[in-house]
Amino acid sequence: MSDTNGAPVLAVEDLIVHYPVPRGIVGSLARKPREQVHAVEGVSFSLQKGEMLALVGESGCGKTTTAQAVMRLVEAESGAIRLDGRDITAIPSGELRSLRRRIQIIYQDPYESLDPRFRVRTTVEEPMAIHGIGSSKQDRATRVAAALERVGLKPPSLFLDRYPHELSGGQRQRVAIAAGLVLEPELLVADEPVSMLDVSVRAGVLSLLDQLRRGGLAVLMITHDLSTAAHFADRIAVMYLGRIVEEGPTRQVVNNPQHPYTKALMSVVPRRDPREASTPQILQGETPNPIRVPPGCRFHPRCPVAQDVCKTQDPALHDAKEARTPDHLAACLFT
Amino acid sequence: MTSPLLAVQDLEVWFDLPHGDTLHAVRRVSFSVERGERFGLVGESGCGKTTTILALMGLLPPTATVSGRVLLEGEDILEDGETSVRPHRWTDISMIFQGAMNALNPVQTVGAQIVEAMELHGIAEGADAKSQAGQLLEMVGIAPDRLDRYPHEFSGGMRQRAAIAMALACEPKVLLADEPTTALDVMVQAQILLLLERLSQELGLTVILVTHDLPVVAEVCGRAAVMYGGEIAEVGPVDTLYHDSRHPYTRLLFAAVPDPTGEEEVVSIPGAPPRLDRPIVGCPFQPRCDRAFEPCPTEQPRLIALGADHQAACHLNDPAFRAVS
Ligand SMILES: Nc1ncnc2c1ncn2[C@@H]1O[C@H](COP(=O)(O)OP(=O)(O)O)[C@@H](O)[C@H]1O
Ligand SMILES: [Mg+2]
Repeated sequence: MSDTNGAPVLAVEDLIVHYPVPRGIVGSLARKPREQVHAVEGVSFSLQKGEMLALVGESGCGKTTTAQAVMRLVEAESGAIRLDGRDITAIPSGELRSLRRRIQIIYQDPYESLDPRFRVRTTVEEPMAIHGIGSSKQDRATRVAAALERVGLKPPSLFLDRYPHELSGGQRQRVAIAAGLVLEPELLVADEPVSMLDVSVRAGVLSLLDQLRRGGLAVLMITHDLSTAAHFADRIAVMYLGRIVEEGPTRQVVNNPQHPYTKALMSVVPRRDPREASTPQILQGETPNPIRVPPGCRFHPRCPVAQDVCKTQDPALHDAKEARTPDHLAACLFT
Repeated sequence: MTSPLLAVQDLEVWFDLPHGDTLHAVRRVSFSVERGERFGLVGESGCGKTTTILALMGLLPPTATVSGRVLLEGEDILEDGETSVRPHRWTDISMIFQGAMNALNPVQTVGAQIVEAMELHGIAEGADAKSQAGQLLEMVGIAPDRLDRYPHEFSGGMRQRAAIAMALACEPKVLLADEPTTALDVMVQAQILLLLERLSQELGLTVILVTHDLPVVAEVCGRAAVMYGGEIAEVGPVDTLYHDSRHPYTRLLFAAVPDPTGEEEVVSIPGAPPRLDRPIVGCPFQPRCDRAFEPCPTEQPRLIALGADHQAACHLNDPAFRAVS
């Protein structure tokens, strides 16, 4: 459960990230105005200790860019990113290392994120050496074993000397998590942590993240899979074209979606029970290119309930009228 | 009694590996599919789905050895190898390859690629072929004036529609679709699945949907076969597979996928699928099974009929073993 009394571990306020579009030689000769990808366009959310927030949305909606901005792997154009209350958007590069220790990230592909030349022991120990953690070689070895136990690689002795190719996908992902945990981070960012894994082992890795959350870690999970978010996150933020269009407690977002986009998404998520055949509300076309974001409400060209006013007015995230809890927000003029 | 449109009987596929090893990828696979039916072939990666449908098309590499029968309207199309399968490939049985949307020829317009397929099979030529290609595009939801566009001008969903149009160029009876929505976002996936449903209804097309995604099969297909370790673990109506599963793997596989509104715990299945380059003794799922008992490590289970249209390969259903267990 989230500890709503304390200050948030992470608070993102009005984050904006743009990427330049390469003009190509013809473009620069013609002195065309430089185009930009509006990857993240005013995103705000906060995350408490012991809480898992899922950023959900289709590919290209800005989920990963948001996470990378939090890690300071891409520069924000504007906005604030507060870690334990301190704005880290302007942290001098000398302090980046200690920042990177406090925020750990798990990537989608455990085959790429582990160095194939290193045994598990080295992979998990190396981050401590870099960050000067552990009083001695012996102390670090103890910490490595403890981290492996924590991620369910038991007994550790069975895994310490293995190379990545001797591990299954699920085990590799656990090693990657262990290598993050030895640094005792406050925030764990998990970017599609199970989408490359076989269906039968996904739940194990997700349950591990859930367990770490219970232990007090703040987890920012990035996923395109609403079902996964619905099952494991405390809160869900649904993104569309660089904005959060709905945010709230998981059960509320799932059972009482407010934004027309969330409603449509929920209606098309395949259910495992064939008798639960929903009436899919299929949106036409595909998400537009974030280089040319539609004016007004960015969702209006695909929205089944759009009115004229939606073409000009850009709705902010606000308390939804028909929400059952106060912290359930939507960005639609009619909610 | 009329024969099913397509019947696969005791299909086996072995691959020759370097160093003289053999990989037994498909083992005693049998199932049949009726006209206009949407049938799912589902299982984790490596369980033999793609190999099975490539065998139906006669498109396995030369390192593969195939045995068994594939009856199309009663005729065994594998009987004489390439000679017997060639007349049916693309014209009766067609296929959308895994990743097809990314395999369109980048330097040829979408229209030219469809026209080429039609000319190659003598369906139509020249202007006639071009106008038919336009109709095909329209049928899959793409404006016919897009014929002259190149694949890179299409979105992912449109490229997948184009791949479907291409597979339908020779008016096949059966369409084998290998993971057609795996790389797509959920809304585009819904569009493509709706299209496949519509095509099967409107054209009477038989669709075999191959995927690792059980909920997708539950949504789209009437019946399905669950594969594990190169074999069929259970086959039947999707409703039966979910509500009255008679193979622990089917039950656990459903329990391993989260449901957006469900509150039930999501389970993970311990262990990993068996290696197929070694002999499998007993039941392939036995090392991971939560209901394994005496015969499982040594006796190989066969598909047992549990109802008119429901079979499972699990000793729990075998009266001979139940008596002793
Ligand atoms: N050309 C090939 N040569 C050798 N082994 C292969 C070949 N194609 C597939 N396999 C093996 O056959 C098994 C089944 O693979 P595949 O049919 O691709 O499974 P799926 O489509 O269910 O993921 C796997 O063990 C795979 O490695
Ligand atoms: Mg495959």
